[in-house]
Amino acid sequence: MSNYPHRLTHQTSAYLDQYGAAVAAKRRRALLFAFALVVCTALAAWGGEVDLRKFVEGLPRFWSYFYDIMPKLRIAHFSADFAEWFWNWDGWLRLLAETLLVAYVGTFLGATVAFGLCFFASANLLKNTIARAFVRRSLEFCRTVPGIVFALLFVYALGLGPIPGVLAVAIHTVGALGKQFSEVVENIDMNPVDGVRSTGSTWVEQIRFAVVPQVSSNFVSYTLLRFEINVREASVMGFVGAGGIGKELLSSIRQFYYSDVSAILLMIITTVFVIDLLTERLRHRLLGFEEHR
Amino acid sequence: MSRTSLLLADVDKARLAQSYPNIFRPSPFQRLQTIAIVGALVGLFLFGMVWLGFSFEKLVTGISRLGVILGLMFPPSPGNLLNLYLKGLAETLAIAFLGTMLGAILAFPLAFIAAKNVVGQRIVHFLSRRFLDTIRGVDTLIWALIFINVVGLGPFAGILAVAISDVGSFGKLFSEAIETADTKPVDGVTSTGGSTLHQIRFGIVPQVLPVIQSQVLYYFESNTRSATVIGIVGAGGIGLYLSNEINQQNWDHVAFIILMILVTVAAIDYISGRARFAIIGRRANPV
Repeated sequence: MSNYPHRLTHQTSAYLDQYGAAVAAKRRRALLFAFALVVCTALAAWGGEVDLRKFVEGLPRFWSYFYDIMPKLRIAHFSADFAEWFWNWDGWLRLLAETLLVAYVGTFLGATVAFGLCFFASANLLKNTIARAFVRRSLEFCRTVPGIVFALLFVYALGLGPIPGVLAVAIHTVGALGKQFSEVVENIDMNPVDGVRSTGSTWVEQIRFAVVPQVSSNFVSYTLLRFEINVREASVMGFVGAGGIGKELLSSIRQFYYSDVSAILLMIITTVFVIDLLTERLRHRLLGFEEHR
Repeated sequence: MSRTSLLLADVDKARLAQSYPNIFRPSPFQRLQTIAIVGALVGLFLFGMVWLGFSFEKLVTGISRLGVILGLMFPPSPGNLLNLYLKGLAETLAIAFLGTMLGAILAFPLAFIAAKNVVGQRIVHFLSRRFLDTIRGVDTLIWALIFINVVGLGPFAGILAVAISDVGSFGKLFSEAIETADTKPVDGVTSTGGSTLHQIRFGIVPQVLPVIQSQVLYYFESNTRSATVIGIVGAGGIGLYLSNEINQQNWDHVAFIILMILVTVAAIDYISGRARFAIIGRRANPV
C-alpha cells in the first residue's frame, strides 16, 4: 500500500472514501458481533458452571485416564496379553451384532414408514394444506424428541431389551428421513407426473411411475447415511437398557474396568469405521450410477 | 387406458422397445438381481426381528401401557418445580453453546492440518483424518461418561463432551470446505510474496468463513438436541430431571419437560435457520 500511485484522480479518491466507509461499517458489525458473542459466552459459562480450576486440575486425570485404559501389552507375552485384553470378545461381538441389528431393523422400519409418509408432506403432490401441515408437524415431533428419550419411555412400557431400542431408532428415523425424502420429492421434475396424469392414472400410479423412478437413488443414499448415524445411536441405547453394547460399556466405565473400556471402545470405533466406509462406497456407486443414466 | 386414441401405434411401440430394451424387457439377470437384493434386505429384517426377540404379544401390551402413560401425561404440568426445570434448560443451552464454540475453535487449526491442499504431506493428511474419524466414532454420551470421570458430575463435563465430539465433525467438515476452496486467491497472495500464513489468512479464510459459520450454527442446533439428553448420564442439563421424572413415573412432569424441549429446539432452529440463510443464502444448507 505504501507505493500507491501518487496522482490520485478525483474519482479514485471518492472510491477510496467509499471503500474506507464500507470497511469501517464491516469492522463495526464484526465488533458488535464479537461483543454479543462474549456476553453470550460469559452467560453460558456462568450457567454451565464452567470452572477453569476444576478443568486444569482434571486435565492430568484426562490424560492419565487414557493411559489407564490402554491395555498392558508386552511384546514377550503379546498373544497372552492380547487374549486377556479381549477376554470377553465373543460376548462383546454378540452384543455388537445386536447393536447392528437394532440399527438395521430400526432403519428399515423407519425408512419404510418415512417412504409412505413423505409424499403426503410434499407441497407439489399434496395440495391439501391442512393434511400436509399435520404430516409435517408429526415428522418434526419424531425428529425433535431425542431417540434416547423415546427409548426411556419404551423401556418403561415394553420392558428392558433391544425392542424399545429398535422402536426408538425407528421413530427418530421416520422424522429425519421423512423430512429429507419430502425435500427430494419437492425438487423433482413435474413433467413426468403430468405425463402420467394425462393417461388418466390414479395418484398412486403417478407416484409409482413418475415420482419414484426420479427419487429412488437419492432415497437409498439418505437411508444409508441414516443407517450410519443409527449405528452410533444404537451403541448408546444400552445406557438406558434398550439393548446393544451400550450397557456393557456403561458398566465398565462406571466400575473402572479400564482395559474393558478400551477393548469395547475399539470394537465400536472399528465397526462404525467399517460401516462408514461401506456405506460411502455404496453411495458413491449409486451417485455415479445416477450420472451415467 | 381403454381410450384407443391414447394408445401408441404398434410400430411406435416396437421402435420404443427397440431403443430402450432395458426398460421394456429387463434381462433375467437384472430382474434376479433386484429380487435378490430386496429379498436379502427383507430377510435380514425378519431375521433381526426374530433374533431381537420381537413378539406381537409384548408389543400389544407395551402399546396399551404406553396409552395409559399418554393418558396420564395430560394435562402436562411442572408441579412446583418450574424453576428447577428452567434452570436445567438454561444449563442445556449453555452446554450446547459453549460446547459448539469450543469445538469450533479447536477444530479450526486442525482442519488446516487435515486439508490436502494446505499440508501436502499425505501421511499427515491420512493420520489427522483417521484421528478425526476416531473421535466421531464415539457418541457424545460416551464422551460425557469419560469426562465425568475427569471433571466430575455436572454441566462442565457435558460442555467438554459436546466440544470434543464436535471437534471430530467440524474437523472433517471444515477441512472439506478448505479443500474445495478456489486456488486462485491463494496464487494471487503467493504472487505478492505472501508466506504460507498469509496465503491461509487472505487466500483461504475469506472463502471458507461463511461455510464454517453456517456449519457452526447448524451444529449449535443439533447440539441443543443432544445436550437435552446428556443429563441422563449425569453431565448436566434438563436430561437429568427428565430421566428422574420417568423413573418416578410423574408423567405430567415428563410431558411438560418434553414440551419445554420441543419449544426450545424449535426456537433455536428458527433463529439459527434465519442466521444461516442470512449468511449463505437459502440454497446451500449443510445436511
